[in-house]
Amino acid sequence: MDFSVIANNFRFLIVQGLIGIGPFIGGTLRLAMPAIVLGFALGIVVGLARLSATRWIRTPATMYVEFFRGVPLVMVIFWIWFIIPQLLRLPIPEYGVALTAFVIFEAAYFGEIVRAGVQSVSRGQVEAATALGLTATKTMAYVILPQALRNMVPSLVTQMIVLFKDTSLASIIGYVDLTKAAQIVNNREIKPFEIYIFIAVVYWLCTYSMSIVARRLERRAA
Amino acid sequence: MNYTFKWSVLWTGQSGHWLLQGLLTTLELSALAWLLAVALGILSGALRTVQLPPLRWAATCYVEFFRNVPLLVWMFFWYFGVPPLLPRGVQDWVFNHGAEFWAGMLALGVYHGARISEVIRSGIQSIPRTQFEASVAIGLTTFQAYRLIILPVALRLIVPPATNESLNLLKNSSVALTISVAELTFQTRQIETYTAKAIEALTAGTLIYLVLCLSIATIMARVERRYAIPGLIARVGPAA
Repeated sequence: MDFSVIANNFRFLIVQGLIGIGPFIGGTLRLAMPAIVLGFALGIVVGLARLSATRWIRTPATMYVEFFRGVPLVMVIFWIWFIIPQLLRLPIPEYGVALTAFVIFEAAYFGEIVRAGVQSVSRGQVEAATALGLTATKTMAYVILPQALRNMVPSLVTQMIVLFKDTSLASIIGYVDLTKAAQIVNNREIKPFEIYIFIAVVYWLCTYSMSIVARRLERRAA
Repeated sequence: MNYTFKWSVLWTGQSGHWLLQGLLTTLELSALAWLLAVALGILSGALRTVQLPPLRWAATCYVEFFRNVPLLVWMFFWYFGVPPLLPRGVQDWVFNHGAEFWAGMLALGVYHGARISEVIRSGIQSIPRTQFEASVAIGLTTFQAYRLIILPVALRLIVPPATNESLNLLKNSSVALTISVAELTFQTRQIETYTAKAIEALTAGTLIYLVLCLSIATIMARVERRYAIPGLIARVGPAA
């Protein structure tokens, strides 16, 4: 075992692979952060649509969630990879493909979390807000969502960790994230054990620190 | 959109055969990985609740390390990283006997074992401590108390989150295509490569996954109703 391979390629793995600064358009963080923000935003829309009283809004949202929770993410990535260039008639960079796939896919999971969060707010809150004369939109924005968000925090962070790990799948279509960077280094150095254990530890440090934050937030929210 | 559909590519030539082979490989891979994951999950989930610190720590290290690293990294680790450490003869034997399948199976099983462990732990922790104390009071050893009292109840409590996790395992088996296991997604790609009909091929693969997942979910909803413990409505939350 020879871990000097890590020291020699540290810059490429971390600066290019994890952060995304370098000759390639890549980076795990550069993909994960917008994917989390946009996925959660679309998730709020999907989650609220699932709770809508109007069937025309509720049914498509339910189908959306059931569909994306029933297929593998790898499949969704391939769909976007083949379909979007066909539809738009222009080549889309891997970054765009990966980001689109993650946002669409994770929105289904975030949507379920939002729905559960909203449903965890007691019915009396809605009644009280209505009695005070708030409109439905205002009730949702000022009364329900702020409380629902607090209840959602633990499962939200869990889902963010899942998404962070899932970004490794972008390497399948050639996006240079941490996993792809490791593959590139390994093709040159042929030190698979050392390299893959190293990136496992890097991923672990990122996700484990996220879960520590989650536990702290959980304790504060309780 | 300038695309001519030709759905017949799915039943002419070898496509049907490939899809069937892919489905069988996916099921075989998932089933074996599931058995490994459940065994590891029950063992480490139970160990995380016992009073012996070294065992508890070992189980915690396993769970926290394996479930917090992407499955894809584990695939590469088990397929590329581990074999070079084995003796030459074993290496040759492994590569002549479908190394990618076994590496994929280990990666899936060990990764999901850590995730199922969390489900089982939350099931065990939702059982009142007095049950364990009562078992010890009537003379059972710790092992007997877990085997006869705690685990049977916990396993019935966790049917819904465990189903969820098992479906995740089935869907995640698609990641094994990266180490060229010829499972369903791999075969879908193969049809696409041979016929240049991406939409048709992906539709077929996607529908198979959907039908598989929805039917398992339906069956398990029945199982859940059948094995629900009367009088207990407490839902066990899926932990991560």
